[in-house]
Amino acid sequence: MTAVSIHDVSVHVKNATLLNGVSVDVAAGEWLSIIGPNGAGKSTLLRSIAGVLACTGTVEIDGTPIANLSPRQRAGLVSWVPQTPTIPMGMNVLDYVLLGRTPHLHPLSSPGKNDIDLARRVIDELDLTGLTDRLVETLSGGERQRVVIGRALVQESPVILLDEPTSALDLGHQQEVLQLLDRLRSTGGRTIISTMHDLTLAGQFADRLVLLAAGEIAAIGPASTVLTSELIETHYRASVNVTTVDGAVLVVPRIHQPDSSATKEP
Amino acid sequence: MNVRPAAARVTWLVGAAAFVIFACALALLIGPTSIDRTSILLEALDAVLPVEIDSGLNDRQASIVRTLRLPRVALGLLVGAALSTAGATFQGVFRNPLADPYLLGVAAGGGFGATIAFVYNLGDGRGFLDMVQIFAFIGALTAVGLTWTMGVLGDRTRSASSLILAGVAVASFFTAMQTYLQQANTDDIRQVYSWFLGGLNTSGWVEVTQLLPFVIVGVVVLVLASRSLDVLAVGDDEATMLGLSVGRTRIVLVVVASLLTASAVAVSGLISFVGLIIPHTVRLLFGSSYRIVVPLSVAVGAGFLVLCDLIARTALSPAELPIGVVTAFFGAPFFVVILRTAAAR
Repeated sequence: MTAVSIHDVSVHVKNATLLNGVSVDVAAGEWLSIIGPNGAGKSTLLRSIAGVLACTGTVEIDGTPIANLSPRQRAGLVSWVPQTPTIPMGMNVLDYVLLGRTPHLHPLSSPGKNDIDLARRVIDELDLTGLTDRLVETLSGGERQRVVIGRALVQESPVILLDEPTSALDLGHQQEVLQLLDRLRSTGGRTIISTMHDLTLAGQFADRLVLLAAGEIAAIGPASTVLTSELIETHYRASVNVTTVDGAVLVVPRIHQPDSSATKEP
Repeated sequence: MNVRPAAARVTWLVGAAAFVIFACALALLIGPTSIDRTSILLEALDAVLPVEIDSGLNDRQASIVRTLRLPRVALGLLVGAALSTAGATFQGVFRNPLADPYLLGVAAGGGFGATIAFVYNLGDGRGFLDMVQIFAFIGALTAVGLTWTMGVLGDRTRSASSLILAGVAVASFFTAMQTYLQQANTDDIRQVYSWFLGGLNTSGWVEVTQLLPFVIVGVVVLVLASRSLDVLAVGDDEATMLGLSVGRTRIVLVVVASLLTASAVAVSGLISFVGLIIPHTVRLLFGSSYRIVVPLSVAVGAGFLVLCDLIARTALSPAELPIGVVTAFFGAPFFVVILRTAAAR
């Protein structure tokens, strides 16, 4: 079943074209990762799917065009983890995570016991238990990133959009967060669309990768077909070795050794 | 702070209520006529509570308590609550610490309206549906309406900054018209000047009953909606993705807060400082969540204005000091102390 259908989405700003005719269908329970060099349009595509950026073409979630949904209805279907979230001053971690319950609450009411229990559970799962009462602005970059992911998780939407969810995380927490998302996907049937810089991680967790270049889809498919040294060298202008270890595609930058015939110090 | 807002809120609200009761009692007890203190409080309780209490005061003394001191305290509570609640809301809606209830031109519009009424001798600002009050109210709402129209016309996204800029333009325009009118009619300059500094002049309970419905409805709506200010704190895009109709929420909150401010300005003139400083004081002392800031601002603003009015009418007795002078003279140093203490923590 198709959870998210993106059809002919383009974004034009003044004289620039940020996205040009992007179409892709994402199945329910699938993890789609958007990769591409800086300025390829990864965040733009994610923001178009989130509905916070005006675009042409259609984005449908569960068959309904998101343009026809109220913010509340849309927030019930899609949650969004922005790359650089706005951190409000003076708000503690629990209250911040509880903001994710907004689409489930009456506009004039406050979170109840069930909402708080759910938020605490998510906080535990994200290894933030000791930080529940800390102010979000006092957390480290990696802790903040997990708190923002927590806010999206308590939203309990079938589709989760994540813009560079692991950019500030250390190796252990990268693995933990991605495994948690993977679990939600496999057991809870959530659909995940993320942008990723780390190609190896993107390839390990996503079912399919979309390689964007200059606002257009350059390649789409499983890691083995998208993470090829030819495609990466063409679009990233990088020289890489691509190898496979235990079924995972590894992208390793090639370091140019200085020519041995070059002048040496006496 | 290691306390849940829900639990903390109850403790703090009880403390704030105690502060309000203390301010009211003090304001009732102090006045030019000396009356037995216990009897004053009993008389006030008799007036406020639905039970019969014999205070032992004679008719004249009872009348001083019931028709002079009590309504004045009540008006102080209502105006203080209105201005500080509106101020807290404006700061949240515009994510701007310098926002106050007069941000969108309420003061300039109200001032223009009141000046028209003074210049053409339509009223004196006291009593039931007095023309100064009505003109100030209409002027205030006209200015906010213009600000909103210009802000939205200039920017289809209804962003906060375009509204603030429109507010600056509208306020300057109304101030210019007001100043012109005032300079052309210098006979009324003293009345106009005194209105601009604000005051809680009452004629019995008339002003209180006029203001009461606005304050009850406005304060209840803004306290209930305070959580949406917390959601707005993450920015328009993220708030939208969290399910908040940002544009609609902003217009509802601005309309309610403006009505609240305009109704207070109509009866009390332009009392400065309360709407700016009280929410900040609450924030520095008790935390930044609007679910704490808004309800506590109601109480602290109410108690603060009652105390300021007490000083305004006793400092130069029998003459009265404009209350705006008191709010700034005592409020500013107090705020600096709080700011420094909070920074040192």
